Amino acid sequence: MTTSSASAGTRGADVRSDCWVLVEESAAPTIQIKSKVEALYGDSIRALIASTLTALDASDLSLTMEDSGALPFTMMARIETAVKRLRPDNSRVCLPEINPAAQYAITRERLRRTRLYLPGNTPKFFINAGLHKPDAIILDLEDAVSPDEKDAAQMLVRNALRAVNFYGAEKMVRVNQLPRGLDDARALIAHGVHTILLPKVEDADEVRAVESVIASREAAKQSPDLEIGNWKLEVGNNAVHHPPSNLQSPFLIPIIESARGVLRAFEIASASPRVIALGLGLEDYTKDIGAERTAEGRETLWARSQIVNAARAAGVTPLGSVFSDVADETGLRAFVNDARALGFEGIGCLHPRQVPIAHAAFAPTPEQLPNETRVASRSRSSKRACWGWV
Amino acid sequence: MQYIENAAGRIVPTQVNGRETLPYQGVGKFLPQGRKAAPPIRSCAQYAPDGNKVAPSLIEALRRAGLRDGMTISSHHHFRDGDLLMSQVFASAKVLGVRDLVWYPTAVFPCHAPLLAYLDAGTIHHVEGSLHAAFGRYASLGKMRGAAVLRSHGSRYRSIQDGDTRIDIAIIAAPAADAFGNCSGVGGRAACGPLGFALADSQYADHVIAVTDTLVPFPCVPWHIQGNYVDQVVVVDQVGDPAKIVSGTTQITKSPDQLLIAESAAQFVRDAGIMRQGFSFQAGAGGISLAFTIFLGAMMRATNTKARFIRGGSVRPLVELLNEGLTDYILDGQSFDLDGVRSLRDHPAHIATSPFTSYSYHGKGNFASLLDCIVLGATEVDVDFNANVVTHSDGYLLHGIGGWQDGLFARCTILTLPTFRDRIPVIRERVTTLCGPGELIDVIVTERGIAINPRRQDLLDALSGSKLPVRSIHDLKAEVEAICGGAPQSARVGDQTIGVVTWVDGTIIDSIKRVA
Repeated sequence: MTTSSASAGTRGADVRSDCWVLVEESAAPTIQIKSKVEALYGDSIRALIASTLTALDASDLSLTMEDSGALPFTMMARIETAVKRLRPDNSRVCLPEINPAAQYAITRERLRRTRLYLPGNTPKFFINAGLHKPDAIILDLEDAVSPDEKDAAQMLVRNALRAVNFYGAEKMVRVNQLPRGLDDARALIAHGVHTILLPKVEDADEVRAVESVIASREAAKQSPDLEIGNWKLEVGNNAVHHPPSNLQSPFLIPIIESARGVLRAFEIASASPRVIALGLGLEDYTKDIGAERTAEGRETLWARSQIVNAARAAGVTPLGSVFSDVADETGLRAFVNDARALGFEGIGCLHPRQVPIAHAAFAPTPEQLPNETRVASRSRSSKRACWGWV
Repeated sequence: MQYIENAAGRIVPTQVNGRETLPYQGVGKFLPQGRKAAPPIRSCAQYAPDGNKVAPSLIEALRRAGLRDGMTISSHHHFRDGDLLMSQVFASAKVLGVRDLVWYPTAVFPCHAPLLAYLDAGTIHHVEGSLHAAFGRYASLGKMRGAAVLRSHGSRYRSIQDGDTRIDIAIIAAPAADAFGNCSGVGGRAACGPLGFALADSQYADHVIAVTDTLVPFPCVPWHIQGNYVDQVVVVDQVGDPAKIVSGTTQITKSPDQLLIAESAAQFVRDAGIMRQGFSFQAGAGGISLAFTIFLGAMMRATNTKARFIRGGSVRPLVELLNEGLTDYILDGQSFDLDGVRSLRDHPAHIATSPFTSYSYHGKGNFASLLDCIVLGATEVDVDFNANVVTHSDGYLLHGIGGWQDGLFARCTILTLPTFRDRIPVIRERVTTLCGPGELIDVIVTERGIAINPRRQDLLDALSGSKLPVRSIHDLKAEVEAICGGAPQSARVGDQTIGVVTWVDGTIIDSIKRVA
């Protein structure tokens, strides 16, 4: 006897912008919803559920939803996750319509001063993240997602890449460590991810493995019948499918988090022309070398310098790690100044309010600029700011 | 019940709780005739010559006041969620077997939720005043016998003054009082700041009872309420819970989206040229308003720009501006934290005000229209800049008006709002309930951009060189509906009118229906 029900998503008094979905095998399928927004979107939610189940060829299931204000892209991901947890062999997908305003190209050379981390299974943080003007957002499938929610986060992030406008921020996804990361990459490439972050890279072959996944997906993308692998694309919400051919081919950023990785940093950074930057994670690195983390960070100075050196030698951008005390603005400024002085061009942010502080600290002071470049640099930064809030 | 369409196109009843009412006629259109209401004349011969008005107990004071069925009992919210008095008042009324009272508070708080039992039991007939959360839900479900009549702070004063409402017994909670009835808001264990919400009641009620837990020898100063208006004084063990009356420290919001809105609003005030030497502003103590004050304060500090006065709700960041000399005065309607209370007590330029001086539309002017700008919230706005502050989009009545309508008369009225809350769009085609007409609302500041009322070409011109993201309100609405999954359905409400929203002049601007 197989299991007869499965659930996905979150519920409870504190939950916002998410929903919980239960699907059950049933002789007489029903749809039941309890929603905070029933009065305003009850009809549209019922229609979305019905069309999503149809697209997933799962209309024979009963579905119960407890909704805390989830947006359609989240509902669709939660329904799909629940259906696939019940029926792991179901290979259909149900995608939200691509939001044209959310699709934009980014360049290899753009600034990457701030990368705002967003936990990959928490949709409430996605929606306004771009308003805070980080240079990049990171939809994190790795450390921010518990092992039993990896499937849910992958579907949610895929839908968010299609539907959520990040207002010009570079759309980065931190996939899981390989081999699971290859599956993440495969699932996300055709949906508008700009840059894939590879955690805990120790070997250039890992980078090449992801590169070849991208290459094969790109080849499949050209095929006219929308068949990708054995996945048949279905688009929910009665939308017309926009072929993803206008989507950009993703860049890669390997993250070095181990003693071995640091020693191979140059090889890793040079492994593929898709690599645009090299990152590092100090928490795992410190553990790996058996050192203690200190406020001054002497124990990681060598590694940080190695990463900068390897990145520069490979012609890619060295990116620094995160500053985790979000309440400490003074500490953040010092952290950024220190990173910049070592040669890093960006840091990771855990809270949107870190973004403007980091941007200010990365801006060169007038004294640091030769006279003739001051004006040019100013006009460059004002151009950069034109997509969003100033 | 008969209905009529008012000047805002809303259908409103012509009679509310048995009294004839007029439909809203437009801003400044209705001019009252006649003379003010007046309480009965009293003589000193009716009171003890030694000035001792202390009654032995609350229940005895109510009996002496002649409490009987159907009377209107008023109270005030200067103790906010720390009020311990009204539960004692209605418990006493129940013991006395009195029924069908009309409770006329300036606002109700979560601490009053247990009083709903007195509505069920018939001790209270209905509540006229701001209805928050549990009370609003009760009314929205059609459980209250009379209609909820929502008035702003200024309009409540006006209603009493004009005789729209006659208060039989006013209950004034006093942090400190003397036996003569002088009441102070800055003494005692439950010090709460100004007592201005009770001013009209003290002046116009038939009978006034001051209740305190801190009786001091005459004179109790500063007398925020004068004993010459007070009939009786009652001493109880505890009149309020200090921990819930004022917060120890004012917490600034950590929500990045709220901070973004607040910062944009402050930048707007700066870039529009409103922030200049000698200017004035008002912002409340809510998350965004408080953060606005902090951001604007930092800009004032950086440019050494001084305000002439700031209207409170006083909070620590305002007190800091006063102490740093960045404003000459705080004109304070209520204190939200202990810094505000202490400053009112100790700083000569921190002045207590009342709804009469600040807000009442039937006076010879009021302070609200002297403000250069005010920052307010709302539950909804529509494409004509009309705003709703009392109901949610699902039709439930869940908030009071406070001084919101009165504040709309500032020279620049700024509403700070998120464009949507938990998938509920805040920018609507038409607001569910009309509380403020769009002609008085100048700017909407959201996390996704700033919409300026097309009537304010001067502000649009002033912002033409600014980097702020000024957008049309239609553009904002379209983006939000795209995010939320289309335009929302209309709330399904019934036909039964469960409440009305009065305009500042006492006319009826909209009605609230029972939620189906």
